[in-house]
Amino acid sequence: MEQPILEMKNIVRTFPGVKALSNVDFTLKKGSVHALMGENGAGKSTLMKCLVGINPPDSGQIILKGKPVVIPNPLIALKSGIAMIYQELNPVLERSVMENIWLGREPMRGKRGVFVDHKAMYENTKTLLADLKLDLDPKQKVKELSVAKMQMIEIAKAISFNADIVIMDEPTSALTNNEVDHLFLMIERLRKRNVSVIYITHKMDEIFRVADEVTVLRDGANVITKPVSEMNINSLITAMVGRELTDMFPKVDCPIGDVRMEVKHLEVPGLVHDVSFDLRRGEILGVSGLVGAGRTEMMEAIFGLRQKSSGEIYIEGQKKNIHTPVDAIKCHIGFLTEDRRQTGIIPVLTVKNNTIIASLGNYTKAKFFLDRRKINKTCSEYKDMLNIRTPSLEAIIQNLSGGNQQKVLVARWLLTNSDILILDEPTRGIDVGAKAEIHSIITKLASEGKSIIMVSSEMPEVIGMSDRVLVVCQGRITAVLDRKDLDQETIMRYATSINNHTA
Amino acid sequence: MRNENVLGRFVNKYAIFFILIVMILALSLLSPYFLTGQNLINVLITESGRGILALGVAFAIMSKGIDLSVGSVVSLVSVIVASMVQESSYTARIFPNMPYVPALVAILVGLVAGTLVGVINGSLIAYTGIPPFIATLGTQIIARGIALIITNAYPVPMLRQDFKQIGQGNIGPIPNVVIVFAAIALIAYILLNHTKFGKNVYAIGGNVNAARTSGIKVEKNVVAIYAFSAFCASLAGVLITARAASGIATLGNGYETDAIAAATIGGTSHAGGIGTVPGILAGILILGILNNGLLLLGISPYLQQVIKGVIIIVAVVFDMRKNAKRR
Ligand SMILES: Nc1ncnc2c1ncn2[C@@H]1O[C@H](COP(=O)(O)OP(=O)(O)OP(=O)(O)O)[C@@H](O)[C@H]1O
Ligand SMILES: [Mg+2]
Repeated sequence: MEQPILEMKNIVRTFPGVKALSNVDFTLKKGSVHALMGENGAGKSTLMKCLVGINPPDSGQIILKGKPVVIPNPLIALKSGIAMIYQELNPVLERSVMENIWLGREPMRGKRGVFVDHKAMYENTKTLLADLKLDLDPKQKVKELSVAKMQMIEIAKAISFNADIVIMDEPTSALTNNEVDHLFLMIERLRKRNVSVIYITHKMDEIFRVADEVTVLRDGANVITKPVSEMNINSLITAMVGRELTDMFPKVDCPIGDVRMEVKHLEVPGLVHDVSFDLRRGEILGVSGLVGAGRTEMMEAIFGLRQKSSGEIYIEGQKKNIHTPVDAIKCHIGFLTEDRRQTGIIPVLTVKNNTIIASLGNYTKAKFFLDRRKINKTCSEYKDMLNIRTPSLEAIIQNLSGGNQQKVLVARWLLTNSDILILDEPTRGIDVGAKAEIHSIITKLASEGKSIIMVSSEMPEVIGMSDRVLVVCQGRITAVLDRKDLDQETIMRYATSINNHTA
Repeated sequence: MRNENVLGRFVNKYAIFFILIVMILALSLLSPYFLTGQNLINVLITESGRGILALGVAFAIMSKGIDLSVGSVVSLVSVIVASMVQESSYTARIFPNMPYVPALVAILVGLVAGTLVGVINGSLIAYTGIPPFIATLGTQIIARGIALIITNAYPVPMLRQDFKQIGQGNIGPIPNVVIVFAAIALIAYILLNHTKFGKNVYAIGGNVNAARTSGIKVEKNVVAIYAFSAFCASLAGVLITARAASGIATLGNGYETDAIAAATIGGTSHAGGIGTVPGILAGILILGILNNGLLLLGISPYLQQVIKGVIIIVAVVFDMRKNAKRR
């Protein structure tokens, strides 16, 4: 048998209060796509960070191309042919796409030049982006891009290193079907070039489309490693969660009441055009569309995070002026944003403070002093309910795994007790078990008469959970579909409808 | 391995207090006078003014800002209050026609005027979006200028006894200034840990976008933060003036650097979102004891400056390392 390109043996890594990895083994074959699976906090990202030297292991061995190596930092990893796309994107927001891609290895003028060759940089970027069929201006500032585009840039960057091993930590968490298809084509090409790919995801279907082998971790230990052909969704989930999961979309049909909110002729220049819809009591309104269709911008405009040029919002029949999130929250609207890092977590604060921050007003005594006992009680209830894995409520949130950070944000907005809850990609990066849990909480809220708007790029989620679905294409609503009419093809047809007309 | 880790974490977390204790032990060995009650009281008295300033400035730093205007606020308040409480028998009064103003009223006027500078700082930062560094640098120069205009750069001496008593008196064995300092520390502690305002300060410093999305009134809180900082500076201005027995338009020059240094040494992170009152108090005491100790040991005041500067840099490097570890 051919020698594996990479072997990791007996890897141990501890953090204060957590044993993130205990004696984990991982073997990667040359030219294979190897999926790494496990619940939130299972240790997937940590294992990869051990490999690229961000969190070097406490003990254990790394054997690369037959030779034992020590990788103290990501730069050495890159030089050894290992590139990684990180779960938590960290672009330099104020700089351009090309500057981000070539950061730290800018092409120079002349052989040992001191001046950056911007022209070459531009051309290189153009070629790279064209290769990936990415329609982006290399000179555009990254801060103007959506999370999905940022993710594509990270992918482009990792590929540009020409590495032997490319690690992708949840690369598709912000992508929709089309971009995912695209990424898979790229992975296919990498495989043909005999590049090995380590692929981390929580989306089950992707594994079976793209991976050759799968390794499952649970609580920082190996569960199994097998060829994908010998697994199916159920055996995979059982390996991850340690039990069987019966229902991913525990939707109960409950009576839908009167109209609670009406949005009329909402307009955000260049992004959202003449959007009108209503939302009823007890309803889960799905919002579907391609990345960049303007779904998030639409929600931001409703919530007062984005300036709208015209349009009205009526709640319980009354016209409301919503210019800031403070106004929106006064109207009992809550908004779980899609961008965990930029508008979600407050990295240096504790899990508890992150949970409570949007609803402090409900936890004061004499309108001024905080009721700490009540806060502690509520936070630990939600921690248990959402199965948030953290050493304690006093842990700093940035030390939690990505999926667990997301759960904290879900808790934050559930706590606000809003009548209208806008959830933008609520289960992004969340493992199957917790996903089912969040779905059942959403269903429960709806049955209590709350109204939910759920923006999601995951078709099964939209189809499985929604009472009605708004399909958005290029800033317009192209269809409003009833639950009985929901299927993937119909949604996709409307999601691309304007493109087809103009093409 | 585990134990080391736990111990390491403990030392890391409380490093600042260890440093303080080590300094106290070292100095009490080196100088027999150091650990006497009188000397310690002296340290506290000298550091009270700076300490009050540091507590206020720390709020600005925690919100990922900075307040450079506090030294000038001290000066401004100093001359405003002093000009109202000069002995009526003194012929060269700044305002010869000033009627009798009760000391408490004069203090109140000073506090309001000083706090107003903070309201202006906060409003500039919150509503025009100019960086805190620039906004407070501007008001620093303006406030200093106004203090000089009021006095024409002359001192304002011959203050009434009832006013001076406030800064020089004691309650029991403890000087008034120390009591006010302790009270402000307590208030800052309660604000930070037990009120919505405190959580908002941390959240705004930690991630202003997330804070805004969570429905925090960022602008109003920013105004409140700088108002609090200026209020603390005004209070310090009153106390220092009363002790100095004279209003001086340059009284607060350089105070802002000491205050920022104390807050920083005490672990207040300039990246925002991190800082505690006990830490800041330790930072103040470290600076104060350092000043006092170097003096007792007879080290040249110029060398003292160098040593202080080194300590500040080391403290910040340490602070950054601690935070980097969290990644
Ligand atoms: N820097 C850190 N400091 C402290 N604990 C950490 C740190 N990084 C990770 N951990 C802990 O290690 C465990 C494994 O985290 P890891 O990020 O590897 O999970 P994951 O499998 O990638 O999960 P997810 O699917 O949510 O991304 C978690 O319990 C996490 O809290
Ligand atoms: Mg992860």
